[in-house]
Amino acid sequence: MKLITAIVKPYRLDEVKNALQELGVHGLTVTEASGYGRQRGHTEVYRGAEYQVDLVPKVRIEVVVEDADAEAVIDAVVRAAHTGKIGDGKVWALPVDTVVRVRTGERGPDAL
Amino acid sequence: MSLAAASADTGDTAWLLAATALVLLMTPGLALFYGGMVRTKSVLNMLMMSFVSIALVTVVWLAAGFSLTFGEDAGGGLIGGLDHIGMSGIGPDSVQGTVPTLLFATFQLTFAIITAALVSGAVADRAKFGAWLVFVPVWALLVYVPVAHWVWGPGGWILEKLGALDFAGGLPVEIVSGASGLALCLVLGPRMGFKKDSMRPHNLPMVMLGAGLLWFGWFGFNAGSALGANGLAAAAFLNTLAAGCTGLLGWLFVEQKRDGHPTTLGAASGAVAGLVAITPSCGSVSLLGALVVGLTAGAVCSYAVSWKFKLNYDDSLDVVGVHLVGGVIGTLLIGVFAVDSMTGGAEGLLYGGGLAQLGKQVVAVVVVAVYAFAVTYGIGKLIDVTLGFRASEEQEQTGLDLTVHAETAYDHGVLGHGAPVSSSVVPHAQKVTPQA
Repeated sequence: MKLITAIVKPYRLDEVKNALQELGVHGLTVTEASGYGRQRGHTEVYRGAEYQVDLVPKVRIEVVVEDADAEAVIDAVVRAAHTGKIGDGKVWALPVDTVVRVRTGERGPDAL
Repeated sequence: MSLAAASADTGDTAWLLAATALVLLMTPGLALFYGGMVRTKSVLNMLMMSFVSIALVTVVWLAAGFSLTFGEDAGGGLIGGLDHIGMSGIGPDSVQGTVPTLLFATFQLTFAIITAALVSGAVADRAKFGAWLVFVPVWALLVYVPVAHWVWGPGGWILEKLGALDFAGGLPVEIVSGASGLALCLVLGPRMGFKKDSMRPHNLPMVMLGAGLLWFGWFGFNAGSALGANGLAAAAFLNTLAAGCTGLLGWLFVEQKRDGHPTTLGAASGAVAGLVAITPSCGSVSLLGALVVGLTAGAVCSYAVSWKFKLNYDDSLDVVGVHLVGGVIGTLLIGVFAVDSMTGGAEGLLYGGGLAQLGKQVVAVVVVAVYAFAVTYGIGKLIDVTLGFRASEEQEQTGLDLTVHAETAYDHGVLGHGAPVSSSVVPHAQKVTPQA
């Protein structure tokens, strides 16, 4: 199994959710996040005083899937989150040893 | 103010009733204007400083403020007498000019209220709420009331002896609030993290809403100061609209040239700067004068707000940069743009009046600014030494909303700014003790 984590622009969240639903992914976790990449945030001006805003708002989407589905899920997230502009985000995958469904005690792929 | 009329004029009374309500609305408007400019952790405290000023100043005004401002002069044009303490001797039939005295007193009360609330912008984020509750009544009696008597009171020295003009409150409202704000922010010192941390406004739509309400109320402020439903009120009304517009455009023009962006905060600030400057002059300058007054204030104030970073005083919400500077511009430009058709006599430099009126305006500005600064500084220091004026470091760090008022304005930790992820309800007055 793989844990796929995606950091994307908040307004792309619905697109990513829809894309994952179409793929048959049953559940996901979303967290508010903030950070910066190469663009290092942005500058805002208030009454002539400039503020460097380093950390920009993002959402972090996490989903655990079977190994065979991982590439398709990553592709779907990238397609849905892509705007072509700077700050679109990142997606990465990590191996997962165990998953347990708390309600039933099922383990492994059955618990997804 | 003539006491000649035997009974109130219904048209004038109707207009002044409406104008009074308009001016009172300015203070909640100011609360939103200021509230949007602070950080999320102290927005409620900012709103409260305005709202509590309504309550405090009303009580003080009815008790003694009105009498000391508009009572018979007690000597030298410096302060009114005590004849009307507790509004004694004034009933529904009392008349001031062509309106009921009780209405005139209420109209003037709304000016005192917003002046006190304006000062709070200089001490945003760091003043003890209890100290503010003490400061406002003392300050209203010792600073606002005397200056208002000098300008508008019977026998007041600025209007009647010096001959300086101030139609709707450039001296007692704008210059007094600005100079008092400067004094208080010097007493309290800068916010923690001043010039280091980001202190950007947390809600610009709220700022715009507040600025809109201020502008709406300002028509009551300026046109109401004609104290009648007449041509002078109409002229003041139009001058108010014109100066707000050129103030907005002036600020945006400077921003576009200087920073490369016309901002919403700049538009709101520019409109307010134009309105501040036209307040003293709306009843004495030509329409051309009003356009220039607004434009000058918008452009100059957009530079003046940055003085605090250079001179190292933390006037949090720019009471000095907008109200003191804007008030000075508007009061002085009366000496340039005053026209006989508005003033019924006095004329400015451009209309053949020479330098005489300008000289009188300069004297009034300097005396009022120095008086308001000095007395406010004294009151502030006294409160600071006795009660402490500044919130504790922990309060300031955590935010005054939670530490002073036990409330927070927003439910943080929600996704997509929607419903809270989780919440629980505790019956009122029941304390929740964390389990060991």
